[in-house]
Amino acid sequence: MQVTSVPVLVNAADEKVSVINEIRDLVAHRNLLWNLVRRDLTVRYKRSMIGFFWTMLNPLLTMVILTVVFSTIFRFEGIENYPTYFLSAYLVFGFFAQTTNQSMQSLAWNGALMKRVRVPKSIFAVSTTLSGLVNLFLAYIPLFLIMIVTGAPICSTVLYLPVSILLIAMFTLGVSLMLSALAVYFEDVQHMYQVVTLGLMYMTPIIYPISIIPFKWFWVIRANPLTHLVKLARDPVYGCTLPGQHVILASSAAAVIALVVGWVVFHRLARGFYLHA
Amino acid sequence: MSEPSVDFQHVSLRYRILADRGINSFKEWAIRWITRRMRYQELVALSDVSFSVPAGHAVGIIGHNGAGKSTLLRVAAGILRPTEGTAIVRGHQAPVIELGLGFEAELSGRENIFFNGALLGRSPAEMEERLEEIVAFADLHEFIDQPIRTYSTGMVARLAFAVATTVDAQILLLDEVLAVGDASFRIKCQERLGTFRDAGVTILLVSHDLDAVVKMCDQALWLDKGTVRAYGPAPEIVARYKTAVAEGPTVGGAIESAGPDG
Repeated sequence: MQVTSVPVLVNAADEKVSVINEIRDLVAHRNLLWNLVRRDLTVRYKRSMIGFFWTMLNPLLTMVILTVVFSTIFRFEGIENYPTYFLSAYLVFGFFAQTTNQSMQSLAWNGALMKRVRVPKSIFAVSTTLSGLVNLFLAYIPLFLIMIVTGAPICSTVLYLPVSILLIAMFTLGVSLMLSALAVYFEDVQHMYQVVTLGLMYMTPIIYPISIIPFKWFWVIRANPLTHLVKLARDPVYGCTLPGQHVILASSAAAVIALVVGWVVFHRLARGFYLHA
Repeated sequence: MSEPSVDFQHVSLRYRILADRGINSFKEWAIRWITRRMRYQELVALSDVSFSVPAGHAVGIIGHNGAGKSTLLRVAAGILRPTEGTAIVRGHQAPVIELGLGFEAELSGRENIFFNGALLGRSPAEMEERLEEIVAFADLHEFIDQPIRTYSTGMVARLAFAVATTVDAQILLLDEVLAVGDASFRIKCQERLGTFRDAGVTILLVSHDLDAVVKMCDQALWLDKGTVRAYGPAPEIVARYKTAVAEGPTVGGAIESAGPDG
């Protein structure tokens, strides 16, 4: 008899689910992961350059509106190059908000898929985060164009951006894991979260400088992990400085905590997905 | 003597669900939790199921609705984890539990073939090799680069079956897939299953079509309320099942949906 290596599936009650197993499983499914990302992007950009530029329009127009509003109507003292100031933070916040929102839909939509084939359940949050990253990289193109047009300096500190984005992506993945698991159980989580996103946007110094916050409320802004994460991405682009040590520390802590909490919640809820999805 | 391809050892699967399944909003859950009105109910989907299938055999899984047939298939596919016991499946599987799920309407037929292949754990190179065969079997030559949303239901079903059964699996898990498509496609499917059997592929087939089970399967597994009622040669088991159904409503389908009401 011919002996070839065949995969053996052992589906036992006492089998352990660990982070390492899940990561190994994700690596084994990298081909599917890649396909999921490609599917997201193809559907989004409708396989055309026009589709690509069309999606660029959204951040561009938002930027124009906010720039007009905040440099003519509500003015913040002492912010030069307001478009750069705003966009350098808004892009990463947009990445966070869009990815977390989309991962909830993604898992709910792909629930049917999970009933059909065995896939690592976290693959949808991971693929949504990855396609969000591709979108984020593309969104930096108009930002740098705007910087050139408005004469804002582009410094070598932008080379630090990948580190910033890595930490932001880790944080986003953690939050996505938790929210997407909750969204499978409760369909109103998604609507509630949209309000939360709006609140977070104003709780984070994106459109305004942190200096306008009254001292009394300063702790609220500082307790918000996004404040640090957004600064981590803004400083190298806008301020021409590397982020300070406490910003890096706070961001790293936020990223690690979000990933751990996200995984624990996800893993605990994952067993029941089958009944709810 | 080689090892069995499918081996279930004392597999049980239970769910704990909220007694009133109406809760699907966080608001309602929070109110219930605060007011301490959470009642759980245990649902037994499979209970101490043991059986094994030698390599190359075809097994039909029969029983009334809600007997746990699809659950059993999903445990074999690794989609559901048992609460107790162990299920071992040896070989590359192709689970065809619901046809056409995982197809993305915006993507073309060709792209969906690769996407589905990835779902079944196949690399693009492997799918490239099989592309022609799949397209030919599904009979979709001129439509293969059109988005799936332009396809008819029959076309989607043909494509799904073609993809699932063209991946050189050693184990095929089929859930009621013979019920789709027109008569000629059904015949084509049955023929293909026949060639799989000849090639030594192990098949688990969930079907309500008892004649098809007798025709295509070596053994039959009769499930009743999550337990194995009988397991043996297909004609004999199907005959016994038929008698039982004819005799009384106890097996017939009193618990149609296995709903947790009451």
